[in-house]
Formats: sequence, C-alpha cells, structure tokens
Amino acid sequence: MFKKGFWVLAVILITGILALTGCSKSSGGSDSGKTEITYWQYTFDSKVKEINKLIEKFEKENPDIKVTAQDFPYDQYNDKLAAAMHAGKGPDIVNLYYGWIPDYVKQDFIQPIPEDFMSNQEIEDYYIPMIQSQKMDDKYYTLPIAVRSLALFWNKDMFKEAGLDPENPPKTWDQLVADAKKMTKRDSDGKYEQEGFAWNVGGQGLHVIQQVLMRQYGVEPYSEDGKQVQWNDKPEGLEAFKFWMDMTTKDHIGDPTFLETPDTAFKSGRAGMIIDGSFNIAAYKDANAFEWGVTTLPVKEEGGEESNFGSYWTNAITKGVEGKKLEASQKFLKFLISEETQKDWLENVGELPAAASLSENKEITEDPIYGPFVEGLKDAHSTFFVKEDKERDIFLNAVDQILLNGTPVDEAFNKLVEEEQRVRDEYFNE
Amino acid sequence: MKKLKISNIIVHLLLLAGVVIVAFPFVWMILSSVKSLPDFFRFSFWPEKLDFSAYKFIFEETEFFRWYWNSIVVAVIVTITNLIFCSLIGYTLAKFQFSGRKVIFLLILSTMMIPTEMLVIPWFVMSSDYGWVDTYWGILFPGIMEAFGVFLMRQFMSGIPDDLLDAARIDGMGEFKIWWRIAMPQVKPALSALGILTFLGNWNAYLWPVIVTSTSDMRTLPVGISLYGTSDSTGIMWNTIMGMSTLAVVPMIIVFLFFQRKIVEGISLTGVKG
Amino acid sequence: MRQNGGQMGSGRLSMKMHTRQAMIAYLFLLIPLVFFLGIRIFPTIYAFFMSFSVQGEDGYSFGNYVRLFHDPVFWKSVLNTFLYLIITVPLQLAFGLLIALGIERVHRFRWFYRIVFFLPYMTSIVAVSWVWRLMYDSNIGVLNQILKTLHLPQQGWLSDPDQALLSVSAMLIWQMTGFTMLIFLAGLQGIPRQYYEAAEIDGASKWKTFWKITFPLLNPTILFLTVIGAIQSLQTFTQIVNLTGGSSGTIGGPLNSTSSIVVYMYKQGFRDFNMEYASAITVVLFIMIMLITLIQLKLLNRNYDA
Repeated sequence: MFKKGFWVLAVILITGILALTGCSKSSGGSDSGKTEITYWQYTFDSKVKEINKLIEKFEKENPDIKVTAQDFPYDQYNDKLAAAMHAGKGPDIVNLYYGWIPDYVKQDFIQPIPEDFMSNQEIEDYYIPMIQSQKMDDKYYTLPIAVRSLALFWNKDMFKEAGLDPENPPKTWDQLVADAKKMTKRDSDGKYEQEGFAWNVGGQGLHVIQQVLMRQYGVEPYSEDGKQVQWNDKPEGLEAFKFWMDMTTKDHIGDPTFLETPDTAFKSGRAGMIIDGSFNIAAYKDANAFEWGVTTLPVKEEGGEESNFGSYWTNAITKGVEGKKLEASQKFLKFLISEETQKDWLENVGELPAAASLSENKEITEDPIYGPFVEGLKDAHSTFFVKEDKERDIFLNAVDQILLNGTPVDEAFNKLVEEEQRVRDEYFNE
Repeated sequence: MKKLKISNIIVHLLLLAGVVIVAFPFVWMILSSVKSLPDFFRFSFWPEKLDFSAYKFIFEETEFFRWYWNSIVVAVIVTITNLIFCSLIGYTLAKFQFSGRKVIFLLILSTMMIPTEMLVIPWFVMSSDYGWVDTYWGILFPGIMEAFGVFLMRQFMSGIPDDLLDAARIDGMGEFKIWWRIAMPQVKPALSALGILTFLGNWNAYLWPVIVTSTSDMRTLPVGISLYGTSDSTGIMWNTIMGMSTLAVVPMIIVFLFFQRKIVEGISLTGVKG
Repeated sequence: MRQNGGQMGSGRLSMKMHTRQAMIAYLFLLIPLVFFLGIRIFPTIYAFFMSFSVQGEDGYSFGNYVRLFHDPVFWKSVLNTFLYLIITVPLQLAFGLLIALGIERVHRFRWFYRIVFFLPYMTSIVAVSWVWRLMYDSNIGVLNQILKTLHLPQQGWLSDPDQALLSVSAMLIWQMTGFTMLIFLAGLQGIPRQYYEAAEIDGASKWKTFWKITFPLLNPTILFLTVIGAIQSLQTFTQIVNLTGGSSGTIGGPLNSTSSIVVYMYKQGFRDFNMEYASAITVVLFIMIMLITLIQLKLLNRNYDA
C-alpha cells in the first residue's frame, strides 16, 4: 500500500512537471517539415505591426518556413538578449541597434554575413554609404532595412498662439531658443504648463550634442579610428555642451521630465518643438490634435555648417545558426532588405530606405514630411559606439549631476569625457 | 459611560482617516483605468467621461491573460508541491527515529538564511546549462519546497500524539498512508496557512521570474505588467497599465474577501509560531 | 509488506522495527535532500566561489571585493539599503501597532478595518508600484495636484534625488503596515484578560496599563516583526525597479538615490553580465542577513533541538 501510494504520487508529479516543461516550449524547429526561425526586436508599436505583416507575406511566399517574432521593451532588450544568448536560447535573427554591433561581435553573439550570401562589394553597392561604418575587421555583420536622421518638428498651432509665424520655423539655434521662450508657460512654482522646446538628453538630445552642436562649434567629436573622445580638446566643445544645458537651466524653455517623455509632451500638444526621428511620424500623426510641420535641424549661424545624426536598426543572424535554419534565416533576411519591403517600411514605420537606389527617389525626397529627413541624411554622421548603452548611461548621469545635484557644468563635462574615454580604452585594450 | 463613547468615536474617526489613506491608491487605480490617455495630461480628478479603451486594448492587443494564466499555473503547482513535500519532511523529522535526523533538520533550516538574491545567479547559470531558461520548469523549480514550510510543518506534526500513529501501525496501515490519512488531517490549519503563504509569495514573485523568462509567452503577471510599463518607447500608456493593475488586483481582493478569515488566521498563526 | 503488529515486544523485533523506520524516513527524505542540496546548498557554495573569481581572469582572488570596496555606487546602495531599513521598519511597526490597538478598542466594523488595512499587503507589488508611480509623477500625479490646489509648493517626489528614497519608503510602509497590524492583533489577543482586569482594579490609567502590561507582553511580537521587516527591507527590489525603471528613468535612479544592494546586484549581474562581481555583492548581503538572523536567535534564545 505504501509503495503504491508513493509511486502514484511521484508519477503524477513527475509527469505533471514534464508535461509542463514540454508544452512550454517546443524549441526544436522542424516538425511537420517546416523550418522554424525566430526574430527578435524591441517593442516599438509601428515596427512590431509592420514585422507581423511582413512575416505573413513571407510565409505565404515560403510555405515551408515559419517565422516567430518576439518583442521586448527597449529598456530590457539588451539584457534579455544577452541572457538568452548566454543560455543558448537566443533568436535566429536579431534586430539590433547599430551601436551595439561592436559589443555583440566581441561577445560572439552574431555571425558575419557570408560572402556567398552577399559579398562586401554587393553590400556596398546596394546600400547608401552611411552603413559602411559598421564594418569590423573587413566584415559586415548586419543588414539594415532602413536608416534614420533627425529633423525639427514644430507645432503650428502653438506658434500661432504665441504670435509667431506658423510657416516660419527657426533656422538657427538662437532663433529656436527665442521662439521657444515665447511659447513656454510656467506656473508660480516654476513648473511647466507648456514648454517651447521638448528639451531632452535621453531622447535624441544626446546625439544632437555629440554630432550636431559639437561639429557646428568646430569640434570633431571622435578621432578617426574612434579611439579618442575629443569633446574637450577645444574650449568650443564645452561651449556647445553648455549651450544645450543652458536651454533648460537658464533659458527655461523645456524640462526633460515634463509629461514623462519629450515625445509625449509634443504629442499632447504641450511642447512647441521637438527634435526627433522620422520613426515617430506615425505616432504624431495618430495624435492628430494640431497642425505640425517638419524642417531640417537648426544651424549655428545662418548659412553655417549643417550637421545631422544618422542611425539605424539592423538585422543579424546569430551565432550557431546553421543548416536549414541558416538557409531560412538568410531567405528571411533577403526578404527584409528588399527594396519592396523598404518602401513599405517607409510608409508604415517612417524610417528612410537604406538602399542606394531609393535615396534619389523623387517621391520621397520631395515629400513635405520625409523631405527634411532625406535632406538631413546628406550631412548625417553616425557615432561609432563601442558599448552604446554604457556610453549613454554615463552621459545621462552627467546631465543628471548638473540638473539635480547642481554640479558645475565644466566639472561634470570633464568628468564625462574622462569616463567615456575609459569605456573606449577598455574596449580597445582588450 | 458617555465619555467612553466619545473616545470611541475619536478612535473610529482616526481609523477611518487611515482607511482613506490606505485605500486611496486603489481608488485612484480604478479611476485612472477608465480615463483616456489625454485625460492624464490635462489632469482631472474624475474621468471626464468613462473610457474603456484601455480594457479593450488589454483584451485585444496584449498577452495579459496569458500572463495571468502563467502566474496561476506556477503559483498552484508550487503550492501543491510545497504542501506535499514540506508536510512529508516535517512529518518524517518529527515522528521518525533515525540517525542524522538532527543534522538533516539543521541543514534544511540553515537554508532559510540564504537570500534568494544570492541564489539567482547560480540558478541562472544552471538554467542556462540545462536549457530551463524561459520555461515553466525554469520559473518554478527553485520554489518546489521551502525550509520555512518544513519548519512550520515539523512544529505542527510534533503535536500529533504518537499513540494515534502507533494505533494505525498496529492496524497494519502502511507508513505512507499513515502520513496521508492520519497525520495530514491533524494539521489542516497549518496546511492552509502554508498554502496561502506559498501561493501569495509565488503570485508576487518578481526577481527570479524576470530573470529566467524572456519571451512574452512565458512571463508571469508581475513580469508582464512591469515590462509592459517600461516599454514606453513613446510615453507610458498610463490608462493601460492602470487597467492591468486593476485586473490583477481586484480579483485578488475578491478572493481575499471570501477567504479572509482563513487568510488572516493563517498569517497570524505563522507570526505566532514562526 | 504487512506487519504483524501487536507482538513487537522482543528486542530483536523492535530493532528490526527501528531499522525499518529509519529506512522509510530516508526514503521519504531522499528527494527533499537532493533538492535542498542541489538547489539551495550547492548554489550557495557556487556563488561563494564565483565571488572570488574575477571576470576575464583565471584563478581565485579578492579582486571583486577590492573593487567593491572602492565602488562608490556600491556604498551608496549599501547606505540606501540601511536607510530603507531605518526608515521603514520602525514606522511600519508603529503604524501597525497603533492601528491594531485602535481596532482592539472599537467594537464595530472590526472586520472592515482589518480587511482594508491588510489589502496593500495582499495585492500585487508590481501593480501597486505602478499606481504609486502615477500618483508621484511630478507633472500629472495626483499628489502634486493636491498640493497645487492647497497652494503648497509642489514636490519632485521620485524625480528629486533628495526625496526619491523617502517616496519609495512611504510606499514600502504603506504595504507592510497591514502585515504588522495583523501580527500585532494576534499578539494582543494572546494577552490574558486577567492582567487588564487586575490593572483596572488597581486603578491604573490606560497609558500606564499599556506601558506596564501590553507593551512588555508584546515584546516577542515586536522582535519578530523587527527581524522580518529588517530582512525584507534589506532585500528591497521589486518596488524600486517598478517605481524608477523604464526609459523615462533608470533603475535605482535618479543618480542612484534609490538604488539598493539587490538593485545594484541585478544591474551588475543581469545588465552588465558581470555575474562574478554580482556574486560578491550577494555575499555581502548574505552576511548581513546572517548577522540579523543570528542576533534574532540569540535574543529569542530559541531551541531548535530536534
């Protein structure tokens, strides 16, 4: 009796547990003759929807392949991916920010694009030159669908209300500050009720400082080989940084915590201007609460140097994918980067086509909304990051020191450069 | 007599003030879940008009109910395994004579001092090696038994008179059956206390599930809500999060109302005994 | 397997009985032992060893601990953790006791009060953290709106490094008070009525009765709650992550002002994937918790004799 009862219980428990482990994940891929591959991306509404649509189309064209898409909050994407890769449960194709490529290569997460799939020459012919900066040890590891640049969005209704010409957005940074001041409203506590400019660092502000202001102030932000951070090589670097910080600390034209995020502030019609990428066009269109326009980024003096920040999310096949899965992954990748997908992507996501053949497409360059972004792409620089998330954290921390702790700007700035340099030193010395 | 009444009223008023403070976040949560997103930025205390789009969104566009299900599965299984194992261990340690009894008890008890935080790293390495990452088994294996439960059950099992067990032995009952049929019914209050505590603990578990799960399908309720909240690439969707919170909290409150006596007794019991 | 009961008088039979009992005991304990050794004890040893190996280096060294010693963010997190402990534990005990005494005092609506005060402890930590985060928001949060209506200066709450830790603590207290209340209620009910009757006959004031009778008799309860509260506050994690994380903030921010030991461990272990360094952090936490537990054992002088 004793034995019987015990074994019945044990069997129930063990089968229960096994059944659960089993049904939780059928990680093998090729039952019923279908090759299963997984695609991971971060959670961005328009992208998630677009990818789902594309997968549907792809699966119809390739009935023997099944693609499973997974998305993760941006904030945790890197962690989750690293954890899964360490555990050998990573995806087959991964969507990653271009700034993560060096780190991913170093950590051995992704494999190079094979010559027989697409040679270096073919890649360079197919894409606009911007993507060549990702080449490491003469190898390409990733292929993007689209690229992005920045532009200035302005709220025409708010311009009108403040007595500004709604068809005449600022051309220089000084004009931007002056216009923004007129649109800013603060209460007696100094709390914003409305801000002239959706000032931020955590959004695109950081890139504006590094690649736009620095250059316009005559500072080459990084050395050619990417090993040196040169922001404080010349006093103008600090000046550029200070100009941006002054916008919130002295001119009081915007606050980074106003309405949680800068895009929310602009979307809800409470920020007069914002510098943002074309990927947010869809979200701003959805908000649909006011009239807005897009123009190229301001310059230091009229007719002065134009500069912009170019970036892209890109796709890589992970390490260890081989055989049938590799074949299927390559097929899917080819499908993703096709010109047809790129056009579709522009329409639904708002990111600009990365193919060279589409960069002169009149339909795109003359579009009132996409035009300024394409224009900006011409002067776009993309930062070579060695460990993007860490470099970003250091920058945000320095800005917090100034805003919340009252650390003097020059002190925080010098420490910032020192710490950023250390990240690079660590990367290149290993 | 009259004086006493007045002071009673004051106590009631003070308690009511406390009730307002304690209950306000719940009221605010429910109110916020029926606001439209722009209502948040215009700030109004009451919703301008009832807006259920958040709930519609939760039902149609998120995997919220999958997370709910995952949480239930994990919490229920772990509760069952704890009830069975902890009582079996507790019973064995309390009622059997064998060498090494004390050592085994102290060994199990000593694990109470080890913080989960210290174990998550080795567990993660282990799960990675065995492919348990992102599976139900991965989420629940660390919780199958807890030293606290063993301790609690041993305390209660000790209280069972030996004569009762011996009588069953004389009747020829098997040892396993004695535990199940004779001992278990004697410690029902302790079992329900342990069950409630284990369920609550696992229902709320966050650190380990957030580490060991990755895909949306495998997330438990807390992990799902948390990750949804932080996925604010275009601003936090406050009404959706408040809707999710409401859906997570309100059923628990209802269950609590039904079982409140049991739950309160159970928790008080562990407080006194533990 | 059927035993011939009733005739176990002789020594040999009882010997046999003993061996049989022992065999059964070992059988019952087999799986649990494997579990506790494999899932609890072995990982602990593993974590210890891991903490003495430095990522990217061979062999064992004190490297991680040296680094910890010079790591300002680690010390900040340790300090914060102690602040959480010092702020939340006394207050949640005080509020819990006050409420319990109040409930003991009244005759009506007891169950109602008990339920409402206990609710925060029952509900999902993650869900209510987000509710508090919304209430704390400096622009759209209800707290600042109330202050504004009352013409009081608005506060930064979670966005101000000087207030963030206190804001998190307030929520921790809100959540734990229900638990302390319940345990205090049980403790109060355990005090024999005769004591109070005797005090009343002696004409002692309520105040005096509380300090001379109630409080001393609640001492074990207070000690228990202090230890539980201390251990829990040392492990604070979920609330901090959900109140401060996400792309509109950083976990443990602003400026690490809310970071706790566990938060820092999580960031090191599962964001930077330096599990060796994170292990060293958990060893420190382990030692702290062990000290508290040992103090408790000493104070309670509890007997764990089997």
